[in-house]
Amino acid sequence: MISSDSGSKYFEVRVLRQDKPGGASYWERHRVAHEPDMNVISVLQRIAANPTTIDGREVTPVAWNCNCLEEVCGSCTMVINGKVRQACSALVDNLLDDKAGEIELEPMSKFPVLRDLCVDRARMFRGLEKAKAWVPVDGYYDMGPGPAQSRAAQETAYPLSQCMSCGCCLEACPQYTQIDIPRQEGESDEDYNTRRNAEYDKNFMGAQAISQAVLFNSHPTGGMLSDERIEAMKAPGGIAVCGNAQNCVAVCPKEIPLTTSIAKAGRAATAHTFKKWFDK
Amino acid sequence: MAEQRVLVIGGGLAGLSASMKLAELGVHVDLMSLTPVKRSHSVCAQGGINSVNDQTRQLGDSEYKHFDDTVYGGDFLQHQPPVKEMTDWAPKIIDLMARLGVPFNRTQEGFVDRRRFGGTLYKRTAFSGATTGQQLLYALDEQVRRWESEGRIKKYEFWDFLGPITDGNGICRGAVAQDLHTMEIRSFPADAVVVATGGCGLVYGRSTMSMACTGSAASRCFQAGVHYGNGEFIQVHPTAIPGADKLRLMSESARGEGGRVWVSKTPQDSRTAKQIPSDERYYFLEERYPAYGNLVPRDIATREIFDVCVNQNLSVEADKMCVYLDLTHISRSELDRKLGGILEIYEKFQGVDPRDVPMKIFPAVHYSMGGLWADYERTSEGGLQPGSPLNQQTNIPNLYAIGECDYHYHGANRLGANSLLSCIFTGLFVGPGLQNLLKNSPHGTAADQPASLYESARNVHQSNHDRLLNRPSGGENPYLIHQQLGDVMTKAATVVRENSKLREAIKTVQELGERSKKCSLTDTGSWTNQNVVFTKALQDMFPLAKSILIGALQRDECRGAHYKPEFSMPGVESDDPAERRRLAEAWCDRFVENNQKFLKSSVAKLDEDGNPVVGYEDVDVSIIPPRPRLYGLVGGEVIEEVWKEKYANVNHHENGAGNGSASAAGAKVAQSN
Repeated sequence: MISSDSGSKYFEVRVLRQDKPGGASYWERHRVAHEPDMNVISVLQRIAANPTTIDGREVTPVAWNCNCLEEVCGSCTMVINGKVRQACSALVDNLLDDKAGEIELEPMSKFPVLRDLCVDRARMFRGLEKAKAWVPVDGYYDMGPGPAQSRAAQETAYPLSQCMSCGCCLEACPQYTQIDIPRQEGESDEDYNTRRNAEYDKNFMGAQAISQAVLFNSHPTGGMLSDERIEAMKAPGGIAVCGNAQNCVAVCPKEIPLTTSIAKAGRAATAHTFKKWFDK
Repeated sequence: MAEQRVLVIGGGLAGLSASMKLAELGVHVDLMSLTPVKRSHSVCAQGGINSVNDQTRQLGDSEYKHFDDTVYGGDFLQHQPPVKEMTDWAPKIIDLMARLGVPFNRTQEGFVDRRRFGGTLYKRTAFSGATTGQQLLYALDEQVRRWESEGRIKKYEFWDFLGPITDGNGICRGAVAQDLHTMEIRSFPADAVVVATGGCGLVYGRSTMSMACTGSAASRCFQAGVHYGNGEFIQVHPTAIPGADKLRLMSESARGEGGRVWVSKTPQDSRTAKQIPSDERYYFLEERYPAYGNLVPRDIATREIFDVCVNQNLSVEADKMCVYLDLTHISRSELDRKLGGILEIYEKFQGVDPRDVPMKIFPAVHYSMGGLWADYERTSEGGLQPGSPLNQQTNIPNLYAIGECDYHYHGANRLGANSLLSCIFTGLFVGPGLQNLLKNSPHGTAADQPASLYESARNVHQSNHDRLLNRPSGGENPYLIHQQLGDVMTKAATVVRENSKLREAIKTVQELGERSKKCSLTDTGSWTNQNVVFTKALQDMFPLAKSILIGALQRDECRGAHYKPEFSMPGVESDDPAERRRLAEAWCDRFVENNQKFLKSSVAKLDEDGNPVVGYEDVDVSIIPPRPRLYGLVGGEVIEEVWKEKYANVNHHENGAGNGSASAAGAKVAQSN
């Protein structure tokens, strides 16, 4: 940390900025006064309140997404000192302990940048749609309590159900690569979404969607769509793309057993193939 | 006829449950949110969701007792029919959510497990670890995605609602909104608009609320003519962890699972918590409230923390209100199973393991009991008329408010684990009413409106936006004004309120509001401009902030979360039996007199200059007559005795009895069967 003449301590923040989709990215340096209990969100808030670079140039505030600030909504995911994580739970003192005097912020690299640290993660939600990550109930009328569940089943399901679609697992995955599909001139929302989803569907769905498919297949009612989910995972962009690097599980902020889910999905896919073969 | 559509603003529990129910009913929905709906503030809810259940039922519990606890906990300020309907629905809602895949904790036999929450003696609260809100939200998000894949729901995520569109007759015909990336401003015609945009914690600067909870959407409806009810009732949660950016919640479930609140009997004891022997600890909630212990309602727990820290100078940290919340006597495995999520938050942000060391916790602004005024249609049994288009409708026809941003489910204080319930309940319940509204279209349809209505509404917002972008540089800084607003509001209108400070705060907030109009932007671009979006939200905080302060100033009494020491009613301290009775009677007389004056919802409207004028409406207390709220009050026994003997059977509230909530808006509320 740098001490100034006035006695307050400052540290430097390097931000990889980009003004618009497809634009060039550039580094910008800011100096921020140290305060107790700071996290990366409060650093970005201080920069927004006074957007001046280290060499005194007035700039636009850095754009970033955040909401809950307690690491449960997934919004503020970015790459901090080279590691993908949530900005809210990245505490400044810990970051400065690891790397004195400087914090480096970059947008996630596997999703198209919208501006600065904001990226477009729509592809993740398309993955959930493809995995039919829902329980196909008949409707929302009162039908009584539904199936009883064992404590053991709940304790297996709950960790998977904590996935906040933050995208850390995808950022770390060697097989998940960025797809950017710019909107065409005059294209309607519907046409664009259809074209974009078709492109997404051809590519790897990633650990998060596979793990959700496993979660819903394990649910007594959710399992009624089991075959459809397994078909989706066997299709191009499905489970076969996984290269078993195991990075996903290492970076998951919720410590979801993603590799266990992938292994389960793989076994289910194999069993499904045999079953179909025998049923012929 | 053109396809009819409902526009739902906000994708938390209320907005999602409304959307999915409408989709089931065959209604096409546009769902708009500032953030991908899966990231809505409902994810932050931790502890659980309440309902009577098979087990509590056999211990004497019932829907009615849940209803009674809710209105007693809320100090009788809520209209009773909606609350009764909600508590009647509660068990069905938990069944539904379990069917949708919410992994509620289970008992050994496989039933939904329950824990105890504040303001009740029954274990009513179903929970999913300590991230119940997240789990409920995800289940609803998944159902909405299912309908989205079938084309029944269309999502507009990263859109900012700028205001409702009303026609010349004051009927809502849609809304104007802005894309947060392209900055495009567009009109959305709709046959009904449902606002489900949560609370306004950011008016207080830092709170337990998420960054989206600016209250701007509610304020934009307020500025368009919707009344704002009970604004002064803001819940300060007793247990949170302070941070530079926000105050993080430490759920009431920590106490529900046996957590104990204490301070050292020595002021600012220099020993660590573990070094302080148990006979030198002051378990003040357990000592002062033997029946409820650590699970008194939140307003009371917060006030006791204030009393212990400020009046008795026993705060763990000097200059702050800080007490210990201790879980260290509970086994690690049980803590991990039932509270894992919140303990991880503490560990991550404080760097200390709360399984080993008592947590240091502080009160923080948490929930807005007040909100947009909304109507209902009462049945003769005292519940709500299912399918009535009046349910949840604001005073602007075709404009609805549900969830935290409506005003009438929690009265003067919300009980823990009732908010998730009210959000899902209002979301589900509003659906059939909207379906009937669309079917009968008493005010005509959006398709019948002239294009010019939508074009001119859009233009108004476009020119506001352009004006803001073009403001000269060197003006006010919106982020600093927000900080100052937060400081003023936190000092004047949280745990303890004093008229002199409220008057001062009204002046300061008025000045800050004027200054906020002179903000200069550091970003004047037309792509993902968060600077201009924040500045608009800031400007819209002022009408709400002023309503909160004026409502608090005018309310010279203590009720729920609203506490003015000057008007508090101390208990009965005498030991002499005759004197005790006399004092208790005097207490009850004063209670009745006070209720006649103040047992009313405050209803704010904006005058021509945009300043709130706060009036009052009677509360429908026709089912459970108001009675003194006596949790732990000294001499509470004798007051209760006298009350039951002499007062309980007399109707002190003729005005409120049997009415709907129509007085504020002048709407007709049918006494239907």
